[in-house]
Amino acid sequence: MSELKLPSIDYAALAPTLILLGAALVGVLVEAFVPRRLRHVVQLAVALLAVLGALTMVVLNANDRLITIGGAIAIDGPALFLQGAILVLAAMALLLIGERTVERGGAFVAQAAVTAESADDRRQAEGAPGATEVYPLTSFAVGGMLIFVAANDLLTMFIALEVFSLPLYLLCALARRRRLLSQEAAMKYFLLGAYASAFFLFGVALVYGFTAGTPGRAAGVDFATIHAAVGESSSSSVLLFGGMALIAIGLLFKAGAAPFHVWTPDVYQGAPTPITGFMAACTKVAAFGALLRVFHVAFEGARWDFTPVLGVVAVLTMLVGAVLAVTQTDIKRLLAYSSIANAGYLLVGVLAPTSDGVSGTMFYLVAYGFSVLAAFAVVTLVRDADGEATHLSRWAGLGQRSPFYAGLFTFILLAFAGIPLTSGFTSKFAVFSAAFDGGQGWLVIAGVLTSMVLAFPYLRVVVLMWLSEPGESTPAVVMPGWLTSAALTIGVVATLVLGVFPQPLLDLAAGAAEFVR
Amino acid sequence: MSDFPFLSVLTVAPLVGALVVAVLPRRRPELAKQVALGWSLLVLALSVVMWVTWQTGGDRFQFRESYPWIPNWGVNFTFAADGIALVMLMLIALLVPLVILASWHDAESSKRSVPVYFALLLVLECTMIGVFAAADVFLFYVFFEVMLVPMYFLIGSYGGHQRQYAAVKFFLYSLVGGLFMLAAVIGLWVVGGKTFDWVALSQVDISTGAERWLFLGFFIAFAIKAPFFPFHTWLPDAGGAAPAGAAALLVGVLDKVGTFGLLRYCLPLFPDAARWFAPWALALGVIGIIYAALLAIGQNDLKRLVSYTSIAHFGFIGVGIFAFTSQAATGAVLYMVNHGLATGLLFLVVGMLVARRGSALISDFGGAGKLVPLLAGVLFFAGLASLALPGTAPFISEFLVLIGTFSVNKPVAVIATLGIILAAAYVLWMVQRTTQGTLNPALTEVEGMKRDLNLREKVVVAPLVALIVLLGFYPKPVTDVINPAVQATMQDIGKTDPAPSAGTPQEASR
Repeated sequence: MSELKLPSIDYAALAPTLILLGAALVGVLVEAFVPRRLRHVVQLAVALLAVLGALTMVVLNANDRLITIGGAIAIDGPALFLQGAILVLAAMALLLIGERTVERGGAFVAQAAVTAESADDRRQAEGAPGATEVYPLTSFAVGGMLIFVAANDLLTMFIALEVFSLPLYLLCALARRRRLLSQEAAMKYFLLGAYASAFFLFGVALVYGFTAGTPGRAAGVDFATIHAAVGESSSSSVLLFGGMALIAIGLLFKAGAAPFHVWTPDVYQGAPTPITGFMAACTKVAAFGALLRVFHVAFEGARWDFTPVLGVVAVLTMLVGAVLAVTQTDIKRLLAYSSIANAGYLLVGVLAPTSDGVSGTMFYLVAYGFSVLAAFAVVTLVRDADGEATHLSRWAGLGQRSPFYAGLFTFILLAFAGIPLTSGFTSKFAVFSAAFDGGQGWLVIAGVLTSMVLAFPYLRVVVLMWLSEPGESTPAVVMPGWLTSAALTIGVVATLVLGVFPQPLLDLAAGAAEFVR
Repeated sequence: MSDFPFLSVLTVAPLVGALVVAVLPRRRPELAKQVALGWSLLVLALSVVMWVTWQTGGDRFQFRESYPWIPNWGVNFTFAADGIALVMLMLIALLVPLVILASWHDAESSKRSVPVYFALLLVLECTMIGVFAAADVFLFYVFFEVMLVPMYFLIGSYGGHQRQYAAVKFFLYSLVGGLFMLAAVIGLWVVGGKTFDWVALSQVDISTGAERWLFLGFFIAFAIKAPFFPFHTWLPDAGGAAPAGAAALLVGVLDKVGTFGLLRYCLPLFPDAARWFAPWALALGVIGIIYAALLAIGQNDLKRLVSYTSIAHFGFIGVGIFAFTSQAATGAVLYMVNHGLATGLLFLVVGMLVARRGSALISDFGGAGKLVPLLAGVLFFAGLASLALPGTAPFISEFLVLIGTFSVNKPVAVIATLGIILAAAYVLWMVQRTTQGTLNPALTEVEGMKRDLNLREKVVVAPLVALIVLLGFYPKPVTDVINPAVQATMQDIGKTDPAPSAGTPQEASR
């Protein structure tokens, strides 16, 4: 019997993930041992420090290009870039999650177990300090995302998917106000997410079967084996196409692409707004990071087979997002449909068969993450006695009540609409030019046409804020605490800087666009 | 002095001014107005210096500057002006101070901030100058799109009746055109070898099919912007709802971006496609001339009427551009300048009338000339200039367009000439119904109608009246600047004038 060989593990390369998961465990201990009144500060500090520490490690590892821990994790340019992006955006989201001055006790329910709409529930809604479990949950989610974008085989990817999805399901259910809506959202997200995971796993099994036919190689689900199998396997290509489709469904669900998008508006609306922002920014990065890796590394050889199908999905996603955004009357749902449309634009970048496509997609993810977090930061500020006023009619005349915040939100909306000198324009240009260059002109045409449709709902909000007279029910913007102010400032400044001087980040993305296999 | 970076300074200066004006305290509107006016006069002074420094007969593009912006995409801050751009820059620099002066009390009628109104005007000036000064396609596109934002707020926040609807319609129409152009810009970048430099792109060979698609992308954007029939429906709404000063800039300058874009981008970059599409473009131009003139006759709203006359005039400009003779093209460029002067004046005078009466409806006037003779006289003059009466500047440009077109395409020229008759109808009838005839008794009750032009308003109209007459008799200073640029454009497109002496062997073989 041969000796069991342990795989070599490069702990430095894995450090960001380990720090985050460690911090999550520390957070669980803090829940148990730190007195209640200190918990919020301690938890926020632990989570933020972990994120910043992990970010430092990513920066220190910037030149790593390696595969470690027995081929399970690939630390290469895209992985490091996307890990950095997730960490920066997660830090911003943590600032929003930690805000407690906008609403007494924060945006989260004090005790999730209290029955919604009961007398106890109303008492706690009045200002009991919110649950601090959100911080370890967020840390777990971020840790899972870091593995997700670096996974080098499909099983690791599946485990990472579960690690970051389960905390997200819980986080969605923890809103302080409108708890039934929040719980319904979590339930919906959980059930649909479970289906998507099952699809993914089934796809992994089919692909495993497909690789068994490769001459001279053992079957496996690591990307190098799959890549070799796509060219050489003697197995039926039905296994390959079936597996590829099922894996794509699992990933596209997380990305919020049509026709797997139906959860998005409900979950975005029901979840606590800081969590919505966290999902819109970080989950998008993670999901598209995985899509990039799966389709540019594992299934690269089948490009001619998957491009038309995914292209149709991209067009459908852009269309559904843009057209349905027009009819929305709730700002959070509007932003949800806008995020669906943006998933379509990101898919255009994924389908560009060049390294420009990879770097363009990564640039888009970062730019969009900053803008969308800033947008949700403003949403948390527009509120009345019953919490956030998300119905659009309530935003009428906001520009006259609070010109500063309405101005910031207008700027973000112009960025979403792709007006030049904002990051929205440069990022669209990055993915569209890569796609055009890669021979996918039809996707660019579709992207441009849907951008026209999508401009209308954004413009409608601008009109409401500036050109309508304030109604009786127009709430004022509450003064944000320093945490929200910091997140909002970072988001808006990044949107402007990436629009005017995108060169440094473009360079960084271009230098990090090569996968290792 | 010729090394002075005129174009970038001219572009940035109004923006700095806008920031200064915007941070002035809201309670001191007078100060904001004075600073804005002073700043725009400074810009005017600088552009006069630039005009003097311009070397007639020198290079086609002068004042070229280039700074790297996004090297990954080959984007540079490249500025350069040819003769066409130069005269448009002068027009902007001249109109903006006049508009600021004319809008002195406009912003007070709304509840919004007065300093912001003037800051927006200066931002608009920055983007307008930038769009004409850019020699990098990406940079041009950036200014082309950003230009919408200040105009949108000028119409939407400070406009009159139906301003919201007009502002949104304006923004969406322009944005749709801009996005078509974005697709074409990306396509051009890919086929052109990943550069945005105008000079490099104008030498790229593009396959026939791709060239036609790219031409169409640019053409739709410019046709919406100009606007040509059938993309014109936003202009009457926007022109009718915008405050008079902003409307003067909208039709006087902003819309010229469309015709300028045709001359600078569509023709030289896609010459074969331009020739292929020319019959269609001519047809749109001719339809625009007749159709918009007929609609103008039927208008009862002064500002909408002026907007429709502009659409008819843009038809003339379009015909002049796509006739492909140097006479017609020179006429078209001259038309862009003269129309800016004449229609700018007409809009400003109409604005003064509307501000006095409190209504833009023609039926609310009648015999106004008996109350405000001077104002009525200027309105009459502006109307005559707008119908291209000989002796006013627009006559020369219209005449050049018509003879230039007649030499190559008689039917188009003949139909377009009908537009002159219709122009006489809409202008004279409008003047008759507002200022002539028996005095409308309701007018005497209106307080504002008792005041004729005051000093400020005289200062606004005087330079425009003087320039219209001057250029009507002596257009040489302008044509000297325009001609070389037009000749170069005609060479780009490989067209020579039909006159026997014009064709040289090299050109004929192109």
